[in-house]
Amino acid sequence: MKFIDIVKTAIANSFRSKLRTGLTVIAIFIGAFTLTITSGIGTGVTSYINTQVSSIGAADVLTVSKTNDAAASGTGPAPYDPEKATTVSLGNGSRPGSTIQALTTKDLEAIKDTKGILGVDPSVQVTPDYIQHDGGGKFELTVNPTATLTTADLAAGAQLDNDSSTDQILVPTTYLDTLDFSSAKAAIGQTVTIGIRDFAGTVQEVPATVVGVQNETLLGAGAGLNQPLTDRLHDIEVDGAPEASSQSYATATARFDPKASEAKITAIKADLADQGYASQTVADQIGSFETVINVIIGVLNAFAVIALIAAGFGIINTLLMSVQERTREIGLMKAMGMNGGRVYTLFSTEAVFIGFLGSALGALVAVGVGSLVSNILADTVFSNLPGLQVVQFAPSSIAIIIGVVMLIAFLAGTLPARAAARQNPIDALRYE
Amino acid sequence: MTVPVLSAQNIGKSYGSGSNRFDALKGVSLDIHAGESIAIVGKSGSGKSTLMHLLALLDNPDSGALLVEGTDARKLKGKEVNRLRNQDFGFVFQQFFLTANATVLENVVLPLKIAGVSPRERKARGMAALEQLELADKAKNKAMNLSGGQKQRAVIARALVNNPKVIFADEPTGNLDTATGAVVEDILFSLNQDKGITLVIVTHDIELAARCDRRIFIRDGLEDTAARPTGRRSAGAHA
Ligand SMILES: Nc1ncnc2c1ncn2[C@@H]1O[C@H](COP(=O)(O)OP(=O)(O)O)[C@@H](O)[C@H]1O
Ligand SMILES: [Mg+2]
Repeated sequence: MKFIDIVKTAIANSFRSKLRTGLTVIAIFIGAFTLTITSGIGTGVTSYINTQVSSIGAADVLTVSKTNDAAASGTGPAPYDPEKATTVSLGNGSRPGSTIQALTTKDLEAIKDTKGILGVDPSVQVTPDYIQHDGGGKFELTVNPTATLTTADLAAGAQLDNDSSTDQILVPTTYLDTLDFSSAKAAIGQTVTIGIRDFAGTVQEVPATVVGVQNETLLGAGAGLNQPLTDRLHDIEVDGAPEASSQSYATATARFDPKASEAKITAIKADLADQGYASQTVADQIGSFETVINVIIGVLNAFAVIALIAAGFGIINTLLMSVQERTREIGLMKAMGMNGGRVYTLFSTEAVFIGFLGSALGALVAVGVGSLVSNILADTVFSNLPGLQVVQFAPSSIAIIIGVVMLIAFLAGTLPARAAARQNPIDALRYE
Repeated sequence: MTVPVLSAQNIGKSYGSGSNRFDALKGVSLDIHAGESIAIVGKSGSGKSTLMHLLALLDNPDSGALLVEGTDARKLKGKEVNRLRNQDFGFVFQQFFLTANATVLENVVLPLKIAGVSPRERKARGMAALEQLELADKAKNKAMNLSGGQKQRAVIARALVNNPKVIFADEPTGNLDTATGAVVEDILFSLNQDKGITLVIVTHDIELAARCDRRIFIRDGLEDTAARPTGRRSAGAHA
């Protein structure tokens, strides 16, 4: 029997008992559907994170902070030490209400002297009071603290230039309407006014040029300010403040050689840890986020695979019944010179076809439903995260899913197929 | 004298084992020559079908030897056995063994499909066989919608389609009324006469047996050389 005839016969056979085949296909469908959806969510979220990560150009930066003794030892808060503890209280990246071991100028020197570190900058966070455009209303301004480090996902204009002498600002798309810009393009090159209080509480105004408009991202909402503007605002904020608080920082960014190997980075981090500093690359920060998502997707996939294994038993059952039902026919074919191998192929092909039918339908419907839901979510729940399509489908992963299901089906089919191949033609001819 | 197409030499066959062991065939010898028609006659349960299955290489004898054109069947490879079953032998059964919801043509070309013949040639040869049996107009009908006589003609068409050397027929008229049975008999004997196809017919019908060139009588697994009733009607030989 030619292979093509085997395939055709197998397909025709599987349609002979439509109800039985149909029920088995439904079982496979459920597994394949779930697997496709979860892998789609995996692809969607991962690709979104990846665009976010790739928009963070600074792969050569470590965020350094002091290791929190209490958290590290796990035995409750550490005893107060007036010599050591410097509480960051103002404008230096501390979270309100938290006591952070601040980095002092001495610490910055130590970090800078660490082998492999090329330079270190204290992270300063400024909290301006308002932003105003062209004499219009005053609006609250949230500053994205990572903006100086990252490459923004731009809607229009250019990236921030930290070496520029001008004071630059990157506004999110959501600010356009409020600040009365007709479009993202129209905002570029315009001047806005930022109001900020000095230590004494007097509001001072600083002009800044809009260089770009950015899409909202996962990693920090708000406007981006370039280094000169940040410095200028910080100077105003700490104007008149006591020396200690103006020169202590919650975190610092340390630069290393962009070509540094993974091992080298690990060595630098270990070195810093020995000196009492915790450090993280951007990849580390994103990585932990991705791990959580991967675990969730892994659990969902495990359920889908369990469904598929159950479906595999459905295939075994379906085919065993077929073999029994077709005893006569198998015997006849063998009496007519069909060899056992071909009979085996015939039944395995039927199993694989049932697997294909279930998985292809499952994947197809999953793609349809997933895309629909994803589009609806993108327009509603995730409308403030442009570019986030929660469910995305990679053709390769769909092909892999269909392939794996067909493999499971094939394995499930081996038992019935062997039973069929071993049948004796005489048994069929004795049938009365 | 030519080498017989099939030669059974004291072949025996048992079913089951231990206390359940049953010797269905206890040593039968038989030569079948090309072009002849031979009837295997006996009561129900005497071992006729068992003998025919051994001759058709559908089963292996437990004792004795079967020679296919002089070659011991035990020496034949599986592939060669399949080729013989497919190309040289045709089968006609009492219970027809047609796939009920496949068309008549599909049923008839099954041996060609197994042989790997192309669809176009399958159709041509299948239709030719059906025409020969005056069933061409039923080619597209489902097998289950045929009458008994039409079914048996379809089965003969299927047995013929590969131009076999030997046709084995196990009670070919057993399920047919007398008139239809006679038509089927005529077809089989005309194939034997016109095409020189060797006929091996298993039957308990003495009249059908009488039309064959030669008869072998089986009784309780042995050849019954005493029973050679010429022309005597067998009453109540049916199971
Ligand atoms: N597979 C089998 N297992 C056990 N006994 C069998 C089997 N096949 C046939 N027999 C027995 O062997 C004897 C001969 O059977 P068979 O050759 O079919 O007789 P016939 O065709 O002459 O009616 C019968 O008694 C039958 O019950
Ligand atoms: Mg019989």
